[in-house]
Amino acid sequence: MAAVAGNEVLTVEHLTMRFGGLLAVNDLSFDVMRNDITALIGPNGAGKTTVFNCLTGFYKPTEGRITMRRANGESFLLERMDDFRISRFARVARTFQNIRLFAGMTVLENLVVAQHNALMHASSMTVGALLGLGGYRAAEKEAVEKAKYWLEKVRLTDRADDPAGDLPYGAQRRLEIARAMCTEPELLCLDEPAAGLNPRESDELNSLLMFIRREHGIGVLLIEHDMHVVMEISDHIVVLDYGEKISDGSATEVRADPAVIRAYLGVEEDEEAPDVEALVSEAVVAEAPPKSKRPKPAAKAKAPRRKTGSKGTRK
Amino acid sequence: MAEHVQAKTVTAHHAGKDMGAILKDCAIAAFIAFAIFAPIIGLKTVSETGGLVLRQRWGAVLIATAIVFAGRLALHLLFWSRAPEAGKKAGVLPRLAGRLEPLIPFIGVAMFTAAVILPWLPSTDRYILDLGTLVLTYMMLGWGLNIVVGLAGLLDLGYVAFYAVGAYSYALISTSLFPHILPHWLLAWSFWLALPLSGALAACWGLILGFPVLRLRGDYLAIVTLAFGEIIRVVLTNWISLTNGPNGIPGIPRPSFFGIPFTRGDNGFAHTFGLEYSSIQRIIFLYYIILILALCTNFFTMRLRRLPIGRAWEALREDEIACRSLGINTTNTKLTAFAMGAMFGGFAGSFFATRQGFISPESFVFMESALVLAIVVLGGLGSNIGVAIASVVMIGGFEMFRNMDFLKQVFGQDFDPSQYRMLIFGMAMVLIMIWRPRGLMTKRDPTIFLKEKKAVSADLVAEGHG
Repeated sequence: MAAVAGNEVLTVEHLTMRFGGLLAVNDLSFDVMRNDITALIGPNGAGKTTVFNCLTGFYKPTEGRITMRRANGESFLLERMDDFRISRFARVARTFQNIRLFAGMTVLENLVVAQHNALMHASSMTVGALLGLGGYRAAEKEAVEKAKYWLEKVRLTDRADDPAGDLPYGAQRRLEIARAMCTEPELLCLDEPAAGLNPRESDELNSLLMFIRREHGIGVLLIEHDMHVVMEISDHIVVLDYGEKISDGSATEVRADPAVIRAYLGVEEDEEAPDVEALVSEAVVAEAPPKSKRPKPAAKAKAPRRKTGSKGTRK
Repeated sequence: MAEHVQAKTVTAHHAGKDMGAILKDCAIAAFIAFAIFAPIIGLKTVSETGGLVLRQRWGAVLIATAIVFAGRLALHLLFWSRAPEAGKKAGVLPRLAGRLEPLIPFIGVAMFTAAVILPWLPSTDRYILDLGTLVLTYMMLGWGLNIVVGLAGLLDLGYVAFYAVGAYSYALISTSLFPHILPHWLLAWSFWLALPLSGALAACWGLILGFPVLRLRGDYLAIVTLAFGEIIRVVLTNWISLTNGPNGIPGIPRPSFFGIPFTRGDNGFAHTFGLEYSSIQRIIFLYYIILILALCTNFFTMRLRRLPIGRAWEALREDEIACRSLGINTTNTKLTAFAMGAMFGGFAGSFFATRQGFISPESFVFMESALVLAIVVLGGLGSNIGVAIASVVMIGGFEMFRNMDFLKQVFGQDFDPSQYRMLIFGMAMVLIMIWRPRGLMTKRDPTIFLKEKKAVSADLVAEGHG
């Protein structure tokens, strides 16, 4: 990938994660550039979420080095840090595949909780604010202003005082992104942000992510199955299969990569379609009355095609 | 319309047809009751001369069985027959409680006013004041535990440990330490000096308990906290050189009115303020101390809820993993919750010690933890006004059983209503948990709002996983 060297916000080197006998991620290396949207794709069970969990400290990787470089020049080795420190100091924020909002708290509270560390500092570790000292009031007002900014960006201003658990699914996804952004991250990791969204909502998600990249100048790393989202907004795609990187490059490069087609997108239409058709017509001849409906080539199928054998069987 | 009519006839038909089934169900219930009651009620061991004698009381068994049969029948006829329609509407109690919810601020003000003027009401005697003090002590404990269980969602079954630490800290400091190190004139202040110390010590014990249980959740956390409560009690019982063991610590100094003792002499409270000496003055003073301590607890909890630390506690209850992904140090958050809860428990404990003047490990049994937890759960996790109502009902209400002497006229002179206290207590708990599983006050009050404050309905609020 022809990226401007030295602009990496995240460098993953030889990342390996082993769960007992299962090799979930094997010797994975890739970079995430600042101001770029990097997509991590791959069939189910390819180890994408495991990579996320390693990046954000929820798993300690078996091997490898993960370097986070902040805009102020500080750099952090994420594999050595606790999960909450990664968010707090290295400024890596994440969302979850199964939404993890504070359902019983209001939308606004969710966004204010995300600014916990800044507010905690402003309240002099609670003592100051309890005694009415310091600028806690001002800090809280500032936190609400930031929350309002993000509420507007994700179109939830009207629902600010409703409990987060009451929001419809798509709004919960957007709120989770807003909550992650309230921690002022420099790398935003989104785990399947478009899952369960309708086409209109996923278009909206695209523009939100483009906005975040453009206006906030941060790196975005996303796991996504929705190719519409991936191909449209990604500057850079990393493809995983069985924990190994099989391709890495721009959307067009990856789309043309035979390894990707084999593993993920299924059989390429132009190459294999004649064979399929031949097989089908043979079958039709051999069997019974021909049906008018032609079987769809496998390339169109969105569901990832798995080789036989589940993820547990591979060592 | 037609459907409606049809539905009605079906229900009526149902009720008529099922009479046989109902009787059969009642008979089964009565049989089960008989099987259970036969050994429990039917056989009684009486010690007589010559040893233990087994008495048979089949009459009582029959009465109990008949009560079960009649009760089951009454339930069938009065409540369950209307079940399909009643299912849509909430029961009487939930509806009542639901209607009470908009009145919460007024209930709070009314309870506060009643608490403040209670000692000056003409009908108030020493018994009522003592009861009020007891209610307020449990209210304070409930509010303290509410931080741990209600806000942070950490189930703590050993809260009494901190109550004990506070009580023993105060007792030991004021009887063994202060007389040796404090000048004489300062000794009268010993309660006010020892109070913060015992709170701090209890908070330390909160941290000490907090560390080993950081990784535990749910049932495991509950078991370890339960064990912690027992450990404290067992240590207090057996460390005789320090705590005087089961004999307890007598002669704990009474609090003074900021240096002026409540004695008959010339330096006493009554003489100083030109009043006639009366022992009730000290009782009233104690009542106000616990009222102020309890209100402080309430004020601090409400204030903390609106600060980042309180929001972090609630976020921790909602989702610990999300908390960590937002950079919240969940270790510190849990420890502060334990420490704050323990501190208020410690304050309440030192008040208990100074009020009683004598403490022994017997006062700090698991039952106390269970009672405080029951108050919190019954009142509604996280709701301070709910806890206040629950403690009035549970402590005050059940204390009322002791003086229901009119029941003796009904059941005969041998009847002692206070013996049925725990039975009624248990039944009330079961009923309330069926009708209102989230406690009396279930709505969560948001800590911050943009335009309009809307209460969060209980079914969205998590109970915490440990």
